[in-house]
Amino acid sequence: MKLLEFEGKDVFRRYGLPVPPTGGAIEKPAQLPAALKRAGKGPWVIKAQVLAGGRGKAGGVKIAKTPKEAALIVKNMLGMKLVTPQTGEKGVKVNKVLVDKASDIAREIYLGVVLDRKLGCPLIIASAEGGVEIEVLAHTKPEAILRMPVDATAGLRPYQARQLAFQLRIPADQLGAFVKLAMGMVKIFMDLDANLVEVNPLILTPKGELLALDAKVTTDDNALFRQKELAAKPDLEATPAEKEAKKTGITFIGLDGTIGCMVNGAGLAMATMDSVHLAGGSPANFLDVGGGANAEQVTKAFQIIMKDKKVQAVLINIFGGIMRCDTIAEGVLTALKKIKLTVPLVVRLEGTNVKEGKALLQKSGLKMIVADSLWDAAQKAVAAAGAN
Amino acid sequence: MSVLLHKRSRIVVQGLTGSAGSFHAKQCMDYGSAVVAGVTPGKGGTTHLGVPVFDTVRDSVRERGADVSLVFVPPPAAADSILEAFDAGVKLVIAITEGVPVLDMARVKADLTRRRAAGQDLRLIGPNCPGVITPGECKAGIMPGYIHKPGPVGIVSRSGTLTYEAVWQLTSKGIGQSTVIGIGGDPVNGTNFIDCLDLFEHDDQTKAVVMIGEIGGSAEEEAAEFFKRRMTKPVFSFIAGKTAPPGRRMGHAGAIVEGGSGKHSDKVAALERVGITVVQNLSEIGETVARSPVGALAAAAA
Repeated sequence: MKLLEFEGKDVFRRYGLPVPPTGGAIEKPAQLPAALKRAGKGPWVIKAQVLAGGRGKAGGVKIAKTPKEAALIVKNMLGMKLVTPQTGEKGVKVNKVLVDKASDIAREIYLGVVLDRKLGCPLIIASAEGGVEIEVLAHTKPEAILRMPVDATAGLRPYQARQLAFQLRIPADQLGAFVKLAMGMVKIFMDLDANLVEVNPLILTPKGELLALDAKVTTDDNALFRQKELAAKPDLEATPAEKEAKKTGITFIGLDGTIGCMVNGAGLAMATMDSVHLAGGSPANFLDVGGGANAEQVTKAFQIIMKDKKVQAVLINIFGGIMRCDTIAEGVLTALKKIKLTVPLVVRLEGTNVKEGKALLQKSGLKMIVADSLWDAAQKAVAAAGAN
Repeated sequence: MSVLLHKRSRIVVQGLTGSAGSFHAKQCMDYGSAVVAGVTPGKGGTTHLGVPVFDTVRDSVRERGADVSLVFVPPPAAADSILEAFDAGVKLVIAITEGVPVLDMARVKADLTRRRAAGQDLRLIGPNCPGVITPGECKAGIMPGYIHKPGPVGIVSRSGTLTYEAVWQLTSKGIGQSTVIGIGGDPVNGTNFIDCLDLFEHDDQTKAVVMIGEIGGSAEEEAAEFFKRRMTKPVFSFIAGKTAPPGRRMGHAGAIVEGGSGKHSDKVAALERVGITVVQNLSEIGETVARSPVGALAAAAA
């Protein structure tokens, strides 16, 4: 789960880490005067609260010198469709803007904590050259990036934080503040079960103070069972169909194609999409019914797929391990009783209880195309979708 | 010889009395695996599926000589159960559980690394994996046993059902497997591709390896480096996720293209550059191995 910038900054504030004075996030232009008052004397920075990166270039970050300017910016920004390289053409609607006091910048620094897959532990990534995207810097100037592995139980040690400070050329009078910030970010990372805690840019003001101008926090969905506060937040990234799927333990991701897919296992679901593509078609979705799914889950999966009006054929590909083929067959039959299927259905079953599963389907007398292999199924689905 | 699991492996199932633990322990026993104990704290002294249940893994090791632990404990307690198995002295821990928080796994990994550095003979497979099977000898996992057949091809994969698909194709062509290892789909896991390639390289029975990867991370790129420097046996590969949109987690916590890394095209290029045969169409993996000298020999022997 990704936190919005103002939520991330609220977390930073709770941990006593330096963020700019703020008027908070607002949803209506009428809330602006109070927000400006809370933020203190101008100029102010108005920032669109969306999860996509690349806001600045897309017009989602503006400076206002006067309350009048601020009002105009807020009026235009609230409700606008922000199109950034990360949102795609559709863009994302701005429902909230953050009003912060603007800061003078003497130097920009990059500081982030990520979960490094290769090392299997948290890793601090830092650069004295902040302000640019770290991926870009990693490409153009890899030697400018510092990496420091962190013990997942002990957190960042003070000496490690000091070492970073010296390497980043933090002024001596800010050493203590930097150590507190770096250790605090790692503490947030561990307390919130984060995958990412990032500040870009971390700035030094002309007066020599450290300030986190942005705060990006992404957390681990697997840990939501012990992150009650995060679990209670609305999921801003998922579409309604994706949310509905999640509730029943199904992983669903909507795509642009015409062949609805229902598969067990994430890897096989991806490979099924790839096979459909290779056979000349295009998948309408990624759908993993998961392990241990029951007839109700399969029914739900069916309903979710069929809600997509682009779907011209449905391909079910199940290789039974955890999930038994007869369970799947029951689910398919139950679903077909509830939903009137208007597009061709291709079914391919293999694995535990495959005979029972196939027998159930055949006995039902319902219309479906039975395939013997994944490739056979992909080709039949593409042909069926084309003919429909 | 196969790797990791053999006829004499003695399995303790952590979470034996739960529904998943019960169902799959039974399947493993039906396959012929020696499930010698179960562990459910508070149920020590009882019997389940004809198997003695203990309160701790340590008890199961002492009383029944368990040396492999198969973990079905739900996510909130999974990491603790894995650590308990490490401490009890089993040699191989196979964690099936899906949904373990990644920070828990980072802590498990740190403990594993410390123990191995101190000389403890220990290995963790998973989590979020189908387990390990040495066909005809021992199954410790949730894979359907009957699709496998003993033979010369080692298989290692990040995905469960995708592995079954590859195994089934090989078996249908008369090509058996030495050991099939599911390393799991999480970003931090106990054993990686290179560990398994190393095991297979040193295993007499294994004559070729099938490696099934997917988008996300850099395990495939590391495997390519390892292959170039250390391997003499042929490796065949398939990478899932060519059509996956970037920035989305494709079911597996680890299957995501982010910040330009973990891309399908980069992985395929890295593997092909060092001479690994990458199959574009999953349905051709069996055929591709069958056409190779190793496959032809195996099929002829069968």
